[in-house]
Amino acid sequence: MSDTMVKAENVHKRFGRLEVLKGIDLEVQRGEVMCMLGPSGSGKSTFLRCINHLEKINAGRLYVDGELVGYRDDGDKLHELHEREVARKRAEIGMVFQSFNLFPHMTALENVTLAPTRVLGVSRDEARRRATELLERVGLGDKLSTYPVALSGGQQQRVAIARALAMQPKLMLFDEPTSALDPELVGDVLDAMRQLARDGMTMIVVTHEMGFAREVADTVVFMNEGVVVESGRPDRVLSSPQHERTKSFIAKVL
Amino acid sequence: MSTSELSKERTGRPEEIKAVPVRRPGRWIAAAIVLVIAASIARSIVTNKSFGWHYVGQYLFDSRVLHGVLVTIELTAASMVVGIGLGVILAVMRLSPNPVLSGASWLYIWFFRGTPLLVQILFWYNIAALFPHGIGLGVPFGPDVVHYTHTNSLITAFVAGLLALSINEGAYMAEIVRAGIISVPEGQTEAAQSLGMSRIQTLRMIVLPQAMRVIIPPTGNETISMLKNTSLISVTAYAELLYATQEIYDVNYQVIPLLIVASIWYLVMTSVLYVGQYFIERRYGRGFSRAQQASMRARWLGFRHETGAA
Ligand SMILES: Nc1ncnc2c1ncn2[C@@H]1O[C@H](COP(=O)(O)OP(=O)(O)OP(=O)(O)O)[C@@H](O)[C@H]1O
Ligand SMILES: [Mg+2]
Repeated sequence: MSDTMVKAENVHKRFGRLEVLKGIDLEVQRGEVMCMLGPSGSGKSTFLRCINHLEKINAGRLYVDGELVGYRDDGDKLHELHEREVARKRAEIGMVFQSFNLFPHMTALENVTLAPTRVLGVSRDEARRRATELLERVGLGDKLSTYPVALSGGQQQRVAIARALAMQPKLMLFDEPTSALDPELVGDVLDAMRQLARDGMTMIVVTHEMGFAREVADTVVFMNEGVVVESGRPDRVLSSPQHERTKSFIAKVL
Repeated sequence: MSTSELSKERTGRPEEIKAVPVRRPGRWIAAAIVLVIAASIARSIVTNKSFGWHYVGQYLFDSRVLHGVLVTIELTAASMVVGIGLGVILAVMRLSPNPVLSGASWLYIWFFRGTPLLVQILFWYNIAALFPHGIGLGVPFGPDVVHYTHTNSLITAFVAGLLALSINEGAYMAEIVRAGIISVPEGQTEAAQSLGMSRIQTLRMIVLPQAMRVIIPPTGNETISMLKNTSLISVTAYAELLYATQEIYDVNYQVIPLLIVASIWYLVMTSVLYVGQYFIERRYGRGFSRAQQASMRARWLGFRHETGAA
């Protein structure tokens, strides 16, 4: 086990002829929280999706927990991973989406127990017990049998976090988890994430919540047009950015 | 003035409005015309001897007719089950990134939707003419693994009917299922995949259950059409409901009364299907609407309940 959870080396990603990631280099250590900022279209979501094998990178190398993402390296050639292996690796990485993406035909509890029972083969009772515990931890102990439509956005997002945590991931990816929420609902979701960070979870969080980044992040990364423009400790990047592009972006967001 | 003061002043409930309704003479005239037409149709139905109502009563529960009803139900159910199965497979093939699979599915749908069902039925019924030396299953251009020498003993009238109806239905169901699958937001698939679920699991547990909401209403209509289309199988002299009544009127010449008997049974069966469809739709609407109890009456009045996405 290495201490580096995510390592990107000159990662490139194209969609057709549109080059979205143009050489990303970064490292996230185990137990660290990295916040990513950057203007719309700079490739933040795409980068998270690459980490979770939802997109294949075109050049460079991307490692999660010391293992190459999406490919197997036998020394001189890269082999595409079989769908089954990709699924197994995804199961170890939790992902939380801007639009929650809860399964609308299942209750909160069913949303959380589905993958542990079907993917990990956990027994039904054990899965229910753990799901109940997780939902209680994010403050939704009284919403176990509620369908997503009847939950507020903030509650839905907390169910989504519990759903990801139920897989006992070693890494959590958050793609603007609070951007679709009314301002008064943001706090509860950020609290759940803060708690998670305190518990030592390795997290990459795309967010525009500067307060959260300043308080929780170990590293802040500023992305623009497919490259990392600036990265470092939050106080340095957020308070005294070096790069022009970072300065103007932070001025706009604040 | 603060809001609380305002509301204090408004504690007394104002007088109920009693307005004179707008007169709508058009409605009365239209209703009168419809009633007159209905009355004259009813009079003709009752007085015209050719309707032969006592024959209708006599044959409505005739054992041959009841057997025909049973066969019609069997044929409808079997053909729908096979047709839906085919439809799901074809829809998944159609959406597959593999061009051979999606092309084959396209070709199938194009062929079976583009030719009349009656022609397809006659084809299947006469398939023996196409393979006079029997039908076998085996390697293309190689030896057969299974072989039936008498094609007609394999393709009985029931099997011919089942094949024709279900294979034709598969083409229509494929389009319905495909529309259902496409209607499920991509985020659902991504969420399932990010949890490590396989493609098949995602389809079975996440996509199809949600697609059901879109798939079920047209499938109900398809079942009702199927029930009526089984009457086409009568051309192969297979004793479903219509053929059963035909056999009776070929002997006693009471054509109209027996067609009325058939119609009554078709109406009974389609009505039962309408009720079934309502309950199934409600079951699969779970989790999609806060007001789930859209009443039967509202549906009959032609309102569709709101199905706003989550
Ligand atoms: N599947 C795709 N096919 C084609 N282009 C894509 C695809 N996904 C993303 N893109 C393009 O890649 C670029 C980067 O998108 P991405 O979603 O990563 O940006 P982002 O930094 O997350 O932006 P935002 O803050 O708006 O979410 C955009 O120009 C987008 O249009
Ligand atoms: Mg994004």
